[in-house]
Amino acid sequence: MARKITIEPVTRIEGHGKVTIRLDDSGRVVQSRFHIVEFRGFERFVQGRPYWEMPVLVERLCGICPVSHHLAAAKAADVIVGVGPDGLTPTAEKMRRLMHYGQMFQSHALHFFHLASPDLLFGADADPAIRNVIGVALKHKDLAVQGVLMRKFGQEIILATAGKKIHGTGAIPGGINKNLSLEERDSFLKAPDPMNVDKMIGWAQGAVDFFKDFHQKNKDLIDGFAAFPSNHLSLVRKDGGLDFYHGVLRAVDADGKKILNDVDYRNYLDYVGEEVKSWSYMKFPYLRSLGKTDGWYRVGPLARLNTSDFIPTPLAQKEFEVYKAYTKGKPNNMTLHSHWARLIELLHSGEVIKELLLDPDLQGEALLKKGRKAHEGVGLVEAPRGTLFHHYRINGDDQVTMANLIVSTTNNNEPMNRAVHWVAKNILEKKPEITEGMLNRVEIAIRAYDPCLSCATHALGKMPLEVELYDSRGRLLDCKKK
Amino acid sequence: MNKIKFTIDGKECFAEPGQTIMEAAKANGVYIPALCRYEGLKPAGSCRVCTVRVGRGHMAACTQPVAEGMVVENIVPDLEDMRKSLIEMLFVEGNHLCPTCQKSGNCELQALAYRYQMLVPRFPYQFPVRQVEPVGPHLLLEQNRCIQCLRCVRGVKTTDGKAVFGSVKRSGKKKIAFDRDLAAGLSADAAKKAMDQCPVGALLKKEIGFMVPIGKRKFDQKPIGSEFEDKRS
Repeated sequence: MARKITIEPVTRIEGHGKVTIRLDDSGRVVQSRFHIVEFRGFERFVQGRPYWEMPVLVERLCGICPVSHHLAAAKAADVIVGVGPDGLTPTAEKMRRLMHYGQMFQSHALHFFHLASPDLLFGADADPAIRNVIGVALKHKDLAVQGVLMRKFGQEIILATAGKKIHGTGAIPGGINKNLSLEERDSFLKAPDPMNVDKMIGWAQGAVDFFKDFHQKNKDLIDGFAAFPSNHLSLVRKDGGLDFYHGVLRAVDADGKKILNDVDYRNYLDYVGEEVKSWSYMKFPYLRSLGKTDGWYRVGPLARLNTSDFIPTPLAQKEFEVYKAYTKGKPNNMTLHSHWARLIELLHSGEVIKELLLDPDLQGEALLKKGRKAHEGVGLVEAPRGTLFHHYRINGDDQVTMANLIVSTTNNNEPMNRAVHWVAKNILEKKPEITEGMLNRVEIAIRAYDPCLSCATHALGKMPLEVELYDSRGRLLDCKKK
Repeated sequence: MNKIKFTIDGKECFAEPGQTIMEAAKANGVYIPALCRYEGLKPAGSCRVCTVRVGRGHMAACTQPVAEGMVVENIVPDLEDMRKSLIEMLFVEGNHLCPTCQKSGNCELQALAYRYQMLVPRFPYQFPVRQVEPVGPHLLLEQNRCIQCLRCVRGVKTTDGKAVFGSVKRSGKKKIAFDRDLAAGLSADAAKKAMDQCPVGALLKKEIGFMVPIGKRKFDQKPIGSEFEDKRS
């Protein structure tokens, strides 16, 4: 009998998603979909607001990585006030970079230690009562403490640069509203262990080593789970180096061939299209040159390490070489290698934070610049979860008339659907019963992309899941809740 | 001329003849909460936040002259609760979204809400539909946040003394309007002054935005009224 499996959180807010899997009479998967059923409406309700509000208004999209939205909007506003994207003062650009890498550090630490590590440490079939951050804290206290303190360290960097740990106001059109005092700098450089940058880099290195060790022992899982070829897109520095704050747009295919060759991101509309599908509020971006069917791509840590030629800090570069050697220099298409890539980025972020803290430009007094006004601005950054696009147009009274936001999770929409489909085909198909462990594998596939819904669905180990099985006539056959 | 002797909450105070309760209170180091009052502008008595009690009568401290022997009640529980309810009503009447407002930290309405520890207004939100209107080349009028204190009506003038702003309509439909021709002549400096006079984020000089970092804003360091209350204690 044909069945429809629905995995649906109770609430529609804060990035909850829904998964439906349709099985035919013989239990084969005929369709799987990852729906984003939230609707935020930011692009509409920012219309009419003054453009200088954008960095503070749109960052309210998210409480985990608001800095990304803050900076993408600020970069777009830089263009509007005539200084972007390369015209900021050194102090302004470096303060923003410090803010951004602080965020990368805290967000990646949060994801690995709090959200992903329970699956790795306990396995997908473990009791949900222990397969969560509390379980990690009880069984692997050191790891849990490191996760908490690394996140705190990153948050303190954000506080010092943006004015608040969450939803700050630091980046303003044309620059930044504060520099870094020597006291603030020393609180990161010279604080007693563990809250100093050297210890943080050490812990980040430890996390990479932990993952490599885990990988050695669990190659089948890490290499095989939800692996599929795809295109990859990210910003890269003009010389091809990894850069989260600024650069040119590059895309490669599954074999490493360049599809977008370091183009100016302000012309993104020439290269990236967005498809709307009736069953999801989230759009499906694609590379125009490849079309809607084949132009989908991945973003985020996995994609970034596929597009970048090198990492411009020594420890992370060393790890990057090991990582690249594993796929013989070819793009890595293994979904769970996202965790490995994310941890290398965590290490890189720690190194960059240290470099920036040692730079006297952070104590500079020139914070703002202004040039010839434009009425349109595009700003991109590499958010923890991937490439983030902000695009605004304003009228003669400085009010926003058009906003287009392509957020990281939207970019990863099709890949997450592919990952869910992989699980449906390989784990759920033709099974007489759908177990909790099987459902968790669906989540693990989604979680590898660290979408905005990940914390809401896993942090306390109580993902509000309800699974209902229907026959082909829509009658409820079975219902499971957790 | 002899000074007038009176008390506020039992404290002996002295006033010059003709001084309002508010002016005399300030001269005697006593804080009376207020919103529509602005130093140098003629009092309007429109917000009623400065309401005090003299005997059985309630009166606006900003407009009521002091009389000999007056016994003024100011910081007492029922008046404080009334002030809190006024603040709450102002919050529900407009669309005050502090998290994304550039006046946050410099806003007197927000500062009073903190003073009265307003967590959730006890009145239902009205969610009015209002617009942002450009006022000349340098100003925006954010109608969502206007509390109709009339400071701009009293204070924003052209160089030859003409009022740029006025209020139109009545009661629930009352709103601040402006003369477009006069507004077109407002300089950038006049626009900045207008923004500073506005107690909330309704009048915004363009492109100032969030230039003042968190921690350096007016009420980040000292809560509203503390300049008097610190002296008193």
